[in-house]
Amino acid sequence: MPIDPQVHFGYLLRLADSNLVLGHRLSEWIGRAPVIEEELALANIALDLIGQARALYAHAARIGGGGRDADALAFLRDQIDYRNLLIVENKNRDFAHTIARQFLYSAFAELYWDALTASRDTELAGIAVKAVKECAYHVRHSAEWLIRLGDGTQESNNRAQKAVDELWMYTGEMFESDQIERAVLDAGIGVIAIDLKPAWNETVEPVLMRATLQRPKDGWMMSGGRSGRHTEHLGHMLAEMQFLQRAYPGQQW
Amino acid sequence: MQEKNTPLYEVFLRPRNGLAHRHVGSLHAADDEMALQNARDVYTRRGEANSIWVVRSSHIVATPPSDRDMTLAPSDPERKPYRHPTFYDIPKEVGHM
Repeated sequence: MPIDPQVHFGYLLRLADSNLVLGHRLSEWIGRAPVIEEELALANIALDLIGQARALYAHAARIGGGGRDADALAFLRDQIDYRNLLIVENKNRDFAHTIARQFLYSAFAELYWDALTASRDTELAGIAVKAVKECAYHVRHSAEWLIRLGDGTQESNNRAQKAVDELWMYTGEMFESDQIERAVLDAGIGVIAIDLKPAWNETVEPVLMRATLQRPKDGWMMSGGRSGRHTEHLGHMLAEMQFLQRAYPGQQW
Repeated sequence: MQEKNTPLYEVFLRPRNGLAHRHVGSLHAADDEMALQNARDVYTRRGEANSIWVVRSSHIVATPPSDRDMTLAPSDPERKPYRHPTFYDIPKEVGHM
């Protein structure tokens, strides 16, 4: 079934935005990480995510960017036009929060990319093949840290539990379905996220158990990122991230 | 983070099959698994390795500097030059060895 290019474009933007926003959040740790080894690890993950975003933006621009290139999509859209998941825009707090955020998202992203390797959009499938390997490491790294924080000292356990509790209400949005998702699914391009939920639980729950952390109850879930309704955190982040292109338009590396 | 919680590890990389692991540096990590991950993140960012070894620095048994005269000096080339095969000419046909 053929797909409206604008729907296809919108779907790619969602994927790109989540990766770019989380990549930028991780980059904010540079110069502030607890140890140099972890600083490099976070920067590596950030670069993976920004690389994925860049490939997706370039692909989206060719499909329906209306003459905008990847830079224009990243740096010249306001927050209302961003389509990322709310969990990734959560501002950085302590290290446990960053690790929990990474783990909950990457456990989802790895499954999502894996499913997208079968996409009929061959460019997207190609990006997915590369991304799924990167995400597998993001899951491994954040899971091992979460286990050590949760099963560490009383202080690290408290912080890890608090982070998981605070972030849990953003996990529901990952599995939401809407018209765009159904359209790309019908076209053989996209994935239906709710089908990934059991596998996500199978990744997340054993890690929480090993970390001696309580799995929060699935209560009220916050959403809106995919329709441009963001938390107060994203605007501040974009203001900093987009400053250079806004102040000095057309700058290039 | 306190030193006792994140001991020092030495990192060895093997760039290709058939070559030996070579020492590339050290890092701090909470335990063995995290040391491997840190080694991957710190020392293999440009595809330097297809195998990584890490070992706790405290597990390395080393020659004490104070024993140098006894353990290492006797094989000094100045003292036992005959252990170095430099006393004969290599025929031209052999080429570079």
